[in-house]
Amino acid sequence: MARIIVVTSGKGGVGKTTTSAAIAMGLAKKGHKTAVIDFDVGLRNLDLILGCERRVVYDFINVINGEASLNQALIRDKNCNLLYILPASQTRDKDALTQEGVGKVLDELSKDFEYIVCDSPAGIEKGANLALYFADDAFVVTNPEISSVRDSDRMLGILSSKSRRAERNEEPIKEYLLLTRYDADRVKLGEMLSLEDVQEILSLELLGIIPESKSVLSASNAGMPVILDEKSEAGQAYADVVARYLGEKLPHRFIDGKQGFLRRLFGGRK
Amino acid sequence: MSLLDYFRSSKPKTASLAKERLQILVAHERSYRNQPSYLPQLQKELLEVIRKYVNVDQDAISVNFEQDENQETLELNIVLPDFQQTNKTINS
Repeated sequence: MARIIVVTSGKGGVGKTTTSAAIAMGLAKKGHKTAVIDFDVGLRNLDLILGCERRVVYDFINVINGEASLNQALIRDKNCNLLYILPASQTRDKDALTQEGVGKVLDELSKDFEYIVCDSPAGIEKGANLALYFADDAFVVTNPEISSVRDSDRMLGILSSKSRRAERNEEPIKEYLLLTRYDADRVKLGEMLSLEDVQEILSLELLGIIPESKSVLSASNAGMPVILDEKSEAGQAYADVVARYLGEKLPHRFIDGKQGFLRRLFGGRK
Repeated sequence: MSLLDYFRSSKPKTASLAKERLQILVAHERSYRNQPSYLPQLQKELLEVIRKYVNVDQDAISVNFEQDENQETLELNIVLPDFQQTNKTINS
């Protein structure tokens, strides 16, 4: 049986697809056969972030409708042969996703894969609801920013009430926090919510802090998940996230940014 | 206190503003989250029944649902209009 992870946030633009691509690649790199599914029907982007946009022939909806087999639709990643991508349909509308259809595809994938990563669309409509419905674990991607934290809190409510686990009264979905686009320098200046501030409101198990990093855009430009950029802070932070998820005990990094020259001179705070 | 701290202290810290606003908002939104879904309908029907007898405003009725570990409480508040006004409406 595969473990199903949903990457969710409510708010758009916080880094769900970047995170989905990075952790799916990270899990595969660690030797776990992993599938990553784009649930954003009509606005697919995961294929671009993973650099396989020109190899898309069939998609998730084709599989649900029986127009293609799962094996025909799954794209094997060019960098890691344990990673497979199931792209969203770009032409259908989101009503093409049905709970029954998604359930069937996940069941079939579960036989063959260890992890299934569901990249949720923004919002709280059908695609987002179906992405989380079957999940075992949820990675709640949050920016240290007021609207993102509010939307994450809203998603936590939905995770605990509208999932299959909730409906069946099973053990609830395990929820983890991923704090992305974190700028420790601005936190120090009191311009950005700190990890503590966010945790005071959400109080989730922290999987990692992903620092704001130019390498995220460079990676998406090149169609390489940022986790493959081992020199970048964001890449290292995602590698830590994957390791922690798999049970390694690693101290959290990137909470206290770099000490700038001027700040040292003027006695900056820790 | 360093030189930089001196300049910093003159500016309001927007992060703490954000945190305060969030705490209030989230507490408010969470209180609605656990409400049973029948609550709005219940409120509407209660209002209809009460209006058969007393002329009350839409907002004269509040239905609150509270939940703690041991019990669930449904609290119903009806604010009746003052006596003379009620008499007038019933007699007219």
